[in-house]
Amino acid sequence: MKKSLALILALTLVFALAAPAAFADGTFKIGGQGPLTGGAAIYGNAVMNAAQIAVDEINASDSAIKFEFQAQDDEADSGDKAINAYNTLMDWGMQILLGPVTSGSGITVAAQAYDERTFLLTPSGSSVDLIADKDNAFQVCFTDPNQGIASADYFADNFAGAKVAVIYRNDDAYSQGIRDTFVKEAADKGVSVVYEGTFTDATSTDFNVQLTAARDAGADLLFLPIYYTPASVILQQANQMGYKPTFFGVDGMDGILTVENFDTSLAEGVYLLTPFSADAEDARTQAFVAEYQKRYGEIPNQFAADGYDAVYIIKAALEAANCTPDMSPADICEAVIPVMTTLKVDGVTGEGMTWAATGEVSKAPMAIVIKDGAYVTP
Amino acid sequence: MKFLAYLVSGISLGSIYAIIALGYTMVYGIAKMLNFAHGDVIMVGGYISFLAATNLGLPALLSVLVAMAFCTVLGILIEGLAYRPLRSAPSLAVLITAIGVSYFLQNAALLIFGANPKAYTPVVSGTLKLFDGQLSISYVSIVTVVCCVVIMLALTAFTGKTRMGKAMRACSEDKGAAQLMGINVNRTISLTFAIGSALAAVAGALLCSFSPTLMPTTGSMPGIKAFTAAVFGGIGSIPGAFIGGILLGVIEALSRAYISTQLSNSIVFAVLIIILLVRPAGLMGKRTQEKV
Repeated sequence: MKKSLALILALTLVFALAAPAAFADGTFKIGGQGPLTGGAAIYGNAVMNAAQIAVDEINASDSAIKFEFQAQDDEADSGDKAINAYNTLMDWGMQILLGPVTSGSGITVAAQAYDERTFLLTPSGSSVDLIADKDNAFQVCFTDPNQGIASADYFADNFAGAKVAVIYRNDDAYSQGIRDTFVKEAADKGVSVVYEGTFTDATSTDFNVQLTAARDAGADLLFLPIYYTPASVILQQANQMGYKPTFFGVDGMDGILTVENFDTSLAEGVYLLTPFSADAEDARTQAFVAEYQKRYGEIPNQFAADGYDAVYIIKAALEAANCTPDMSPADICEAVIPVMTTLKVDGVTGEGMTWAATGEVSKAPMAIVIKDGAYVTP
Repeated sequence: MKFLAYLVSGISLGSIYAIIALGYTMVYGIAKMLNFAHGDVIMVGGYISFLAATNLGLPALLSVLVAMAFCTVLGILIEGLAYRPLRSAPSLAVLITAIGVSYFLQNAALLIFGANPKAYTPVVSGTLKLFDGQLSISYVSIVTVVCCVVIMLALTAFTGKTRMGKAMRACSEDKGAAQLMGINVNRTISLTFAIGSALAAVAGALLCSFSPTLMPTTGSMPGIKAFTAAVFGGIGSIPGAFIGGILLGVIEALSRAYISTQLSNSIVFAVLIIILLVRPAGLMGKRTQEKV
């Protein structure tokens, strides 16, 4: 008797909790997931800020589709915290996941979302493992291999004859992934890689040894497929050593100018590969940059741009699949997957973005360089 | 030349470990407790000097002095609030409390300063170039090594020559007997913490000059390494902490350069194990006979 009573109570509770998720209000619920605190917080916050702008724009427009948006923090963790953030969003009634922002959390969450049939579009989780064998996971950013290949191609075209040193973090899927394809493509394109140095999370504060070795190997171009926090240490320590190669980063380098009290003169002349440049002159970018600056007082980086585009891509996909707000996450997932490969979306990170069934995006990368503390096209 | 460059970077890294290890060893030698919060006091020192330099616009040296003053007070507070009530408790309780204080400081910093890393402006900038620029030594490294030697010598002289130093050694030998001889044990231990924490502030400024990202977890890894250095040299021994720190830095830099970047930490700890197997009290540690 007691047991059945408890069961009934538990069931009531479950339904009571599930009730708010009954999609009554005619809006789609998009959940955003990314690091809002911790070392990678700058990425998560940029994505969520920009996604909010896009959601507000759509809700204010005459679009038939309206959104509700909520962001949860996963601290860029690839374990419990990532799953917890995802579950919190599911409890809230999320129908589509915008995220995760980082590759590590992305790989963890994508596996769960695949099992539960939730559609996910990651703005910036660039690992191939995030989308591999998961039909429900799509990317707004390039994959890591793409970044490595594009970087090597850029070196072959623009820095002919350069001696390249690579310093990468080999306990990080992102960094390792870019390095692997970079080295392979560099060999094919005849780019000479004279030194490769590694570090791990625990040894990311002292690069004197790697920098000395790179300099002794005669490297004049230092490729850094890493995030900006260790990169800022490298710039500082190279400067202290008096070593002045050309530094070249990928999307993880984005954000280096926003480190509090960072001496931006150290980043002068640093190249980075990115699909987005805030000084681009098209109307869409200009409007987005102006709105972002108005709301958050800073120039949006490419993570923000990815987040902004992600919302519009989700909107385009929902429209193409004729989804309605009363559909369950799994129904939306099955409806949206087939239309993704037919979409062609113009965004601030590229014109005419298209997707392969694997989840990879196709758009043109470009290199930008830091001049006088701002990103400009070289 | 390459070897020399690696050696220099090892010595400067080692000097930072040594300064931190001196703080560990002082407190252990006198209060007979492992102050695991020491690494986090370093982080606090880093933040305070960062704030003093960027928000108040103080010159580098003055900002370090402000941090030293702050950390001295913090050290005395930690000792008075967290450790003094446990003076007669088993040492395990004190150890756990120290870990608690460590987490408290880290999370307080997370709340107050946020998680985003801050870029610390080095206390001195510039590079000394030798052999036609083939070997460059940053002034930060030189300042670190000099600071480390000066602090080591000053501490040795202080504990060896002064009345307070004598009181400290007496407390270290036997707290009860020291008290009977008219030494104020609580005040002596407070002083030890004050000195240790002031050193932590110096270490914080130098550590952040060496590796300029300041985060709430900045102190933890160097803290653990410095603890290793202190054990390596013989915990409780001031010259031991110095030698242990330098050796640790050099081993780490050379193994990173010639063996493997990933394995460098493992090699450091493997060396520690071997040393402890051969000399259980550390390189310079006192061997004491225990009566059973």
